Amino acid sequence: MRVVLAEDHFLLRDGVTRLLEAFGHEVLAAVDTGPLLLEALLSLRPDVAVVDVRLPPTFSDEGLRAAVFARTRVPGLPVLLLSQYVEPLYAHELLATGSEGIGYVLKERVSDGAEFIATIERVAAGGTAMDPEVVSKLVTGKSRDEPLASLTPREREVLECLAQGLSNAGTAESLFITEKAVAKHVGNIFMKLGLPPSESANRRVLAVLAYLDR
Amino acid sequence: MNTTRQAEGAAPPPVSGPTAFRRTLTLWGLAHRAFFVSLWCVMVSSVLRGPLGVKLLPGTERRVRALADRQRELAARWSGVEVPAVYAELPATGRARGKALRSQLLDKGNQVHRDWRWVHIDWFAGGAIAAGPVLLGLTGVWGLWTASIGTELPREWDSVWFLFVPVGDPDTAFLAGALGVLCLLLAVFWAPRRTLRLHARYLRLVLAPSESELLAARVEHLRTTRSDAVDTQMSEIRRIERDLHDGAQARLVAMGMTLNAAEHLLATDPEAVRDLLVEARQSSTAALKELRDLVKGIHPPILADRGLADAVRSLAMISPLRTEVVVDLPARPEPPVESAVYFAVSELLTNAAKHSGAERCWIDLRYERGSLRVSVTDDGQGGADVRAGTGTGLRGVERRLAHFDGVLAVNSPPGGPTLMTLELPCVLSSPKTTSS
Repeated sequence: MRVVLAEDHFLLRDGVTRLLEAFGHEVLAAVDTGPLLLEALLSLRPDVAVVDVRLPPTFSDEGLRAAVFARTRVPGLPVLLLSQYVEPLYAHELLATGSEGIGYVLKERVSDGAEFIATIERVAAGGTAMDPEVVSKLVTGKSRDEPLASLTPREREVLECLAQGLSNAGTAESLFITEKAVAKHVGNIFMKLGLPPSESANRRVLAVLAYLDR
Repeated sequence: MNTTRQAEGAAPPPVSGPTAFRRTLTLWGLAHRAFFVSLWCVMVSSVLRGPLGVKLLPGTERRVRALADRQRELAARWSGVEVPAVYAELPATGRARGKALRSQLLDKGNQVHRDWRWVHIDWFAGGAIAAGPVLLGLTGVWGLWTASIGTELPREWDSVWFLFVPVGDPDTAFLAGALGVLCLLLAVFWAPRRTLRLHARYLRLVLAPSESELLAARVEHLRTTRSDAVDTQMSEIRRIERDLHDGAQARLVAMGMTLNAAEHLLATDPEAVRDLLVEARQSSTAALKELRDLVKGIHPPILADRGLADAVRSLAMISPLRTEVVVDLPARPEPPVESAVYFAVSELLTNAAKHSGAERCWIDLRYERGSLRVSVTDDGQGGADVRAGTGTGLRGVERRLAHFDGVLAVNSPPGGPTLMTLELPCVLSSPKTTSS
């Protein structure tokens, strides 16, 4: 995988670069400001961009804005946003650029190296990765939604895993249940929420995210 | 102290003559009411020294104040004349309130004294001003009447006079008629607007406190809100200190100990070391989460990044209520104002979600005439009260807004809906930076 990395803290930039290289990925550029990031994204066309939301020069949402702009110029450009905190509004804006190949996770997820690399790979392959915190905030924001309220606690757990971008296998693993059980829950969830059933795992994730972000 | 700031309100929209005429009638009607209130006040004043006076004072004062408030409101709305009022704090109920009112009533520099003086004056002074157009109109009617029947009146009436015209023959009758029509026209199209302005100016002359009283009240208000602001800030700092001490700091200490243990076990028991390392990582995750929550409570990142509009949108997104947000902000307010309004809206939303039983909520955020105004409406069961026991959150919002001279108005009749409006004067400075 060819990766562009944008992160203004030297230690973290260095650490993630090494991590990526250790897993056999190529870091095309590791930049530390918004304008440099945009330039790198548009000229190098990486397989995936790993971007810190808060970057110089404004130290506000420079990274997000660069990523959103780049995705309008290069549709489907996979972007994984990293942030010290998660903000549902930012997730919403990122989702508005198309929901394939995006990710938004807390910076501290870097500490689990293998998991973090798996997340990047998922996004690069056109999948989705939402931090559990983003998902739980989206779900809280919909807690008065009737179809959502009709889910059983287990179904809700499965829904949250789906929204994070996990496959059936990933969901089964993280909830300690069988894949068959997951498939059954997924069927029920889609029926209760009135979503069109789909065989493709990715399509299902998108449907759930679109529902939560509505 | 409750103060209404003296501000030259914007000129009200122009109105037609007949509308203004109706308004003078309303003012005249209020003057009639003032007459009865004035009579009652005289009676209460006569027993002021005794216990009966103390008992009657609160209710009477409430009536006087309601009448004065109505007049002040009309002056501001109809003529754009702000009539400030400075009421001193009073004990809530009972004898203490009556006694405090009595001493205020006897104090010439007090608003209660001024209100009562006004009520005694208004029924004739205010009434006389407000009656102007009506009297002019009646004069016009009298002119027309004399013009139509003046010439046919029996001789023994000698002659009928209209103003300076002795009506006796067709020429004088025509003159009287013409003057009558002129009076009517003046009464409807010329006089009412001037009367309204004059009445508002008279009201300010009689009811408004002097400049020095206003300043004194302002100083008192600033003194209270400043000490309040310092207290709030101090308790916030203590809370942050406590949160850091009990939260992130404790986690880091635990992490250090876990790592230390891992170091000692490294040679002898690598399996145990693995568990300890996992534990240390979990501690670091927990510490980070606590720090994140703490930062969010001090200064939410979205507010710093995007400003008030998007920060409020973000609040709406995570609120369990179905919330619609409408924003009309040409630029960003100062950061302290943004922060105060953000936390106020956050509290109002939480309140609505927790207590109102509402399904939907509407937030409207706009900047008008030098003030930032936010209204939060929900379709719940109402009954919210700043002063009620459950309303400590609202009370806190009110106090924190007061640091910026802001106010919170709660309109929440039993059965709903609830409308809460907060308004605070501010300037917009930083250029707009929101994405859309």
